[in-house]
Amino acid sequence: MTPEKLTYMANQIATAFARQPEDAAVTAIADHIDAFWDPRMRAQLIELAEAGAPDLSPRVAHAARRIRRPEAA
Amino acid sequence: MKDFILPDADFGTPARRSDRTVTLTIDGFEVTVPEGTSVMRAAAELGIEIPKLCATDSVEPIGSCRLCLVEIEGRRGTPASCTTPVAPGMKVHTQTPKIARMRRGVMELYISDHPLDCLTCSANGDCQLQDMAGAVGLRDVRYTPGANHFETRQNGEANPRYIEKDASNPYFTYDPAKCIACYRCVRACEEVQGTFALTVEGRGFEARISTGASDFLSSDCVSCGACVQACPTATLQEKSVIEMGTPDRAVVTTCAYCGVGCNFRAEMKGDQLVRMVPSKDGKANRGHSCVKGRFAYGYATHPDRILNPMIRDSIHDPWREVTWEEAFEFTARKFRGIQEKHGVRAIGGITSSRCTNEETFLVQKLIRQVFGNNNVDTCARVCHSPTGYGLKTTLGTSAGTQDFDSVEHADVVLIIGANPTDGHPVFASRLKKRLRQGAQLIVADPRRIDLVRGPHVRAAHHLPLRPGTNVALLTAMAHVIVTEGLTDDDFIRERCEMDAYQDWAGFVAEDRHSPEATEALTGVPAEEVRKAARLYATGGNAAIYYGLGVTEHSQGSTTVMAIANLAMATGNIGRPGVGVNPLRGQNNVQGSCDMGSFPHELPGYRHVHDAEVRGMYEKLWNVTISDEPGLRIPNMLDAAVHGTFKGIYIQGEDILQSDPDTKHVASGLAAMECVVVHDLFLNETANYAHVFLPGSTFLEKDGTFTNAERRINRVRRVMAPLNGFADWEVTQHLANAMGAGWSYAHPSEIMAEIAATTPTFAGVSYGLLDREGSVQWPCNDAAPTGTPVMHEGGFVRGKGLFVVTDYVPTDERTGPRYPLLLTTGRILSQYNVGAQTRRTQNSIWHDEDRLEIHPHDAETRGIAEGDWVRLASRSGETTLRATLSDRVSPGVVYTTFHHPETQANVVTSDFSDWATNCPEYKVTAVQVALSNGPSEWQKTYSERARAARRILPAAE
Ligand code: SF4
Ligand code: SF4
Ligand code: SF4
Ligand code: FES
Repeated sequence: MTPEKLTYMANQIATAFARQPEDAAVTAIADHIDAFWDPRMRAQLIELAEAGAPDLSPRVAHAARRIRRPEAA
Repeated sequence: MKDFILPDADFGTPARRSDRTVTLTIDGFEVTVPEGTSVMRAAAELGIEIPKLCATDSVEPIGSCRLCLVEIEGRRGTPASCTTPVAPGMKVHTQTPKIARMRRGVMELYISDHPLDCLTCSANGDCQLQDMAGAVGLRDVRYTPGANHFETRQNGEANPRYIEKDASNPYFTYDPAKCIACYRCVRACEEVQGTFALTVEGRGFEARISTGASDFLSSDCVSCGACVQACPTATLQEKSVIEMGTPDRAVVTTCAYCGVGCNFRAEMKGDQLVRMVPSKDGKANRGHSCVKGRFAYGYATHPDRILNPMIRDSIHDPWREVTWEEAFEFTARKFRGIQEKHGVRAIGGITSSRCTNEETFLVQKLIRQVFGNNNVDTCARVCHSPTGYGLKTTLGTSAGTQDFDSVEHADVVLIIGANPTDGHPVFASRLKKRLRQGAQLIVADPRRIDLVRGPHVRAAHHLPLRPGTNVALLTAMAHVIVTEGLTDDDFIRERCEMDAYQDWAGFVAEDRHSPEATEALTGVPAEEVRKAARLYATGGNAAIYYGLGVTEHSQGSTTVMAIANLAMATGNIGRPGVGVNPLRGQNNVQGSCDMGSFPHELPGYRHVHDAEVRGMYEKLWNVTISDEPGLRIPNMLDAAVHGTFKGIYIQGEDILQSDPDTKHVASGLAAMECVVVHDLFLNETANYAHVFLPGSTFLEKDGTFTNAERRINRVRRVMAPLNGFADWEVTQHLANAMGAGWSYAHPSEIMAEIAATTPTFAGVSYGLLDREGSVQWPCNDAAPTGTPVMHEGGFVRGKGLFVVTDYVPTDERTGPRYPLLLTTGRILSQYNVGAQTRRTQNSIWHDEDRLEIHPHDAETRGIAEGDWVRLASRSGETTLRATLSDRVSPGVVYTTFHHPETQANVVTSDFSDWATNCPEYKVTAVQVALSNGPSEWQKTYSERARAARRILPAAE
């Protein structure tokens, strides 16, 4: 997946939880991604976050630290 | 109803519902029936059949033929039993010398104006007039033929009363010469179908049935078949019966088109299907049908069907026909090869919402057990996945709350983003019946759908919102309900989580959510929103029905939750007449979701993270089940382009045509090493396939479909699969070629495995379905015959959860280059991508997709009716012909997507629902301009498609 599209999808999730307080929102984002994203998408997101991708919403970047680390396939 | 060959008992008049019963005596036998029942029906319940012509139990009686006379002790005269209600202690005699004489007189009159060509008549052996002549003992007709309606010539001149047969409808004929003016057809069209296409012209002897047009085809008739069903003679008759003769056996099965799930009697002669007749016992359809299920089954024997497996190494090669063994071996080798090279997660599959529950269960089992991953998804991804997420989050279960009978108890019906008269016709007929009884209707839809203004139906409010603003509109309605104090506080306190409610109520009460504040966004006048909200909250039982106009948005899941919020806030959930009802597109969308077709869920909506559920399947299937969610369809395509996803097994779906952003789908498919398409026809996706496995139709297999009301209906095999195998057998062979060792001998064994592993299906078995006809899940020890209404005592999730629904505008915005909003929909006669219906005579009603555009927008572009126009978006462009219509507002254009040449999804964007990736089909910013022919993409596409469909002649 292109990094742009992955970023867009992750940010969309963050927007849906935007009204929640920081910590609850970060947990909700991480839970949502854990529940619905295949490991290769999660790996790519973690990579992007770790590289400090500027377009990633700060809450997503934060959540990326909490999401489940995928094992290699 | 010509019930005599294959009886499906006709009680003469409709059943009555009443708490009070009445006991009377008929011919010396006592019978107790609900108050309001007719004497005719009471007699029928005793097994006494009173002769009748103008009465049938699908319509209200009118008492015109006078054949059903009876004598009642203590009453004078001979009342018509069809229009006489029972009374306590009544003593009825159905057969006396006096009555017999009078009945013969009536019949004599009828027969004197009827041709006596019974032996060669298409209704021979299947005609109530014939039967009644026999029943009353008519032996001679004393009248000499005078003025009549059946002779072509009289006294050497053309008979002015003779009207020629009308064969314009592709499926039935109207032969006025045989009409006995019983008006059953007229009443069926009004009462059952609700179209009011037929009227009576003239009076007495001159009375004729009229469509108000030159023939049936050009009239308002929607070809539902209700009148044909009701007609006692050969006047309205299926062409298939005229051609083939009367059927000799009937098998009850379920329509394979839409999510209503109508039950039909497939009436057979040997292995030939003579006709499909809606079953009165069908709990979803109650004896009614639409043109698709009733007549459009010809695709099952269409010459385009591919009956032999085919393979090829490259999609640029022509197809090579091979044996089944070779095809399975080839596929297994390719799939295993890919996994060795690229890892277990490099392949996956797609289950079909058109196939049975059993078949879907097997495909996901193939992927989870044999492929060893969770890369399974289904086309519900592109339609109702937000329903799953939204209803599970708020109510606790991913399904509609009611049965269709529930609409009979609704006082207010809110329809959002659905067009039932086209998409779910039989439900629409049942809804219209309720509306004619006085229920009120609110329609929220960008387009003025037929229900807004139809014969004897008027919506109280039409809220023509701008596409993409559902959440803003629903939140504005909630604002009115909360700020005007119209909430059901007892219900909320008792049944819902209070903290979440208060948070939500505070949110919707904010001024920025008022109808006045959101009018500029939604385009709906604030006052209308207020009135609609008040009506919904205070009009009695209020039910919401919604469709893809809700789900197929970037905020689809949010909209579903907004709908659930409204229902909870007003206490409209948990009893008949209310509820939240998704209208499912395809026949088995509900079932395919139930059966574990989603990459994160095992059957029964249980997450793959749940170790206990995984453990159960692991023990049963003897493998380790991955606890990682798999790829969703759009993600599979992305991963394919990215090079990490290489092989796919697609059962009964045409993702190239049905999924958004065609070019992206095409490049995803083109990047794969092994695409396996399992379908009836060489569909569009098959242009990119390496293996083609021929599929079977619903007539050729056993199984079950689950409709939009969670109803599990039986599908029964009436003929052998032309391709040799039912779809479940094909999947089993493929699994075994990959070493699975499955040995299902019949779909009932698959259902047994489903029941044993899925708590909501625990009580389901083919034995139960044969006994009950159908059941609605949950079906288990707590509800042994199923659950018509959900959340009765409490919510499945415990307490109902209000979720704050912030409106987030889609990023698909209009601008100077793309100033119009395109939205998409369906039409009655065609179904989904049209693969089936295009291969029937239904195409007579819809032979191309057209672009509906408001006359104002057309004028500024110089577009006239029927002009070819270019429809362009940021994703791509296509061409089609325009039709001018004020059903759409200025600024909005609309089209259907039933024909592959249209390529409407070349235009749709890549945006999708935030929670489920359900594509945003319903909003695309576009520009429309005059054009002079097909676009480049359409041209190169059809050339490529032709090349990709070549089949090598079989080797000598
Ligand atoms: S087919 Fe249906 S719509 Fe057409 S005239 Fe008969 S009842 Fe009416
Ligand atoms: S067409 Fe058939 S149903 Fe209609 S009035 Fe004539 S006989 Fe009766
Ligand atoms: S298409 Fe739908 S409404 Fe029509 S007959 Fe089939 S299930 Fe019923
Ligand atoms: S059946 Fe009762 S009057 Fe015709």
